[in-house]
Amino acid sequence: MTFSETWRLLRRDKLGMTGLVIMAFFIVVAIFAPYIAPYDPDAANYRPDGSFSRMDPPSWAHPFGTTRLGQDVFSQVIVGTRVAVLVGVLSAVMVALLGTLIGLVSGYYGGWIDDLLMRITDIAYGVPFLPFAIILVAILGPGLSNVIAAIVLISWRSTARVIRSEVLSLKHRSFIEAAKVSGASDPRIILRHLAPNVLPLSLVYTALAMGWAIMTEASLSFLGYGDPRLISWGKVLFMCYVAQAIDVAWWWVVPPGLAITLLVMSGFLISRSLEEIVNPRLRES
Amino acid sequence: MTWDQRAALLEVKDLKVHFPVRTSLMTQMVQGNRGQRWVKAVDGVSFSVARGRTLGLAGESGCGKTTTAKTLVRLYRPTTGQVVFEGTDIANLGGRELTSFRHRAQMVFQDPYESLNPRFNVQAVLEEPLVIHGMKSAKERLARVMETLEIVGLTPPSVYLSRFPHQMSGGQRQRVAIARALVLRPSFVVADEPVSMLDVSIRAGILNLMKQLIRNMNMAGMYISHDLSLIRYMCDRTGIMYLGRIVEIGETDDVVRKPMHPYAQALLSAVPVPEVTHEEIKVPLEGEPPNPVDLPPGCRFGPRCGRRMDICTRVEPRPMAVGNGRWVECHLYRQTPDQADQEMVGNE
Repeated sequence: MTFSETWRLLRRDKLGMTGLVIMAFFIVVAIFAPYIAPYDPDAANYRPDGSFSRMDPPSWAHPFGTTRLGQDVFSQVIVGTRVAVLVGVLSAVMVALLGTLIGLVSGYYGGWIDDLLMRITDIAYGVPFLPFAIILVAILGPGLSNVIAAIVLISWRSTARVIRSEVLSLKHRSFIEAAKVSGASDPRIILRHLAPNVLPLSLVYTALAMGWAIMTEASLSFLGYGDPRLISWGKVLFMCYVAQAIDVAWWWVVPPGLAITLLVMSGFLISRSLEEIVNPRLRES
Repeated sequence: MTWDQRAALLEVKDLKVHFPVRTSLMTQMVQGNRGQRWVKAVDGVSFSVARGRTLGLAGESGCGKTTTAKTLVRLYRPTTGQVVFEGTDIANLGGRELTSFRHRAQMVFQDPYESLNPRFNVQAVLEEPLVIHGMKSAKERLARVMETLEIVGLTPPSVYLSRFPHQMSGGQRQRVAIARALVLRPSFVVADEPVSMLDVSIRAGILNLMKQLIRNMNMAGMYISHDLSLIRYMCDRTGIMYLGRIVEIGETDDVVRKPMHPYAQALLSAVPVPEVTHEEIKVPLEGEPPNPVDLPPGCRFGPRCGRRMDICTRVEPRPMAVGNGRWVECHLYRQTPDQADQEMVGNE
């Protein structure tokens, strides 16, 4: 399956395209966030009469209302997109690279290398995701890079497993044997012959990892383990929770919550339709 | 023994390729390594091939012919025995020597739908071996690729360079696969059922091409097939394999016209021979070949053989020379005890 073919099939899938459009929208918002956000997300705002705009409901001046400290929720959600997209994209790329590489090496070499790598994968499968991330961030200190590290260190496991099994079936195809007879070295076979053939499958798990990464970052920030210097959606919810305003200020809760849901969902939608393309047995009709 | 004065390019002596049977961890712990069982895919075969000549290996599925072929190009390592190629035993080659061997020995695979990387176009497929073996100049590589495409009859070559496997027919793909084998100008090519996945209508073209190329380029060729009529057309010499051993080998005409081993007779009686003068020997073959893990004692063909004797269940037959470079592994042709026990030094 070539890339142009994958793209052609993806364009026919409505749900997959919806996911792509949502993701593209958030990426554009993230890139231009400082120009879109009408207010400084950290600064307190005041009403026209000069009074402090504390927990104002949505209005024309503040479309998503304000926080207990008078900050503009709309601006916070816009700026928070940056963290979500950054964490999502960076973790997904790293998960895809790490997982695919481990899967390729494990599946191709087999033997004790396979045993060793798969036992490490088993261990990664045994580690509960969120507690691990919380402990890692608690030890290494809060910060975006530590959050990403926590996500990557766990999420590569499923990519590695799936890529390995794909390699197991690919490596007995005779074009791999033909490459060996031609004298191709192991790295050459892995990178030139196997990697391009597992790439579409790897993309499925990249999109999935993106959704998980965003969700995990939001959870960590909501629990207060996020980067204290950055505004993220999870942190907006965390601030709302700390201010005991969750059941009062719906405008403070719904926008970041909806943003998380939409972006995570777009990752899953893209992944689902890519999977149907890669694995035609799942395709309906 | 020198039925052929030309020196052998490839000489295989008592080659065995065994694969371990995977057992459960539990069994391994209880029995240790004593319980290790082996699939005897190839269990002691000897033959040789000279330049400009083609050897055919025939036999039913699972008889070890493909394993033999893959061992000859070192996709598998021999368990014991020797594969002497141009004077060197290739069994334990590594590094630079192995690369040099790969330059000279090539293989054409059975299924052209599987043997070409779906992401490589024709140019990439054919250039890869050249890049690996250090042809640095892109111009030189392209010239060699074009020349090779012309040799295999894909003309004009420039049309095919940018085609991907899925844009070509089965016959064209197999020609590309043959071109890949030839692009390094090897001295030995083994073809494993190269036409079995192709339409009957295009088989002749591919077969003629291969036959011609082996002659013209003065290569040694090997042709693996279960189809004796194709082997008869392609090969100077023919070996009949059964459960990992060559039970009969000789000049193709001799073997095909008058097979001696009961298994060879059965195999050949299944092939229609379009000749009036051909005397038909119908030898029915019953049952399935035994499991190559648990071989029967004595002759491995014994349980299915219509001419089984008492000795066959006890003593494994050794190869016996019956003249004209022909060897048969069967007690029927045992003449003197002396000859039967004679160890085969090389069957040619």
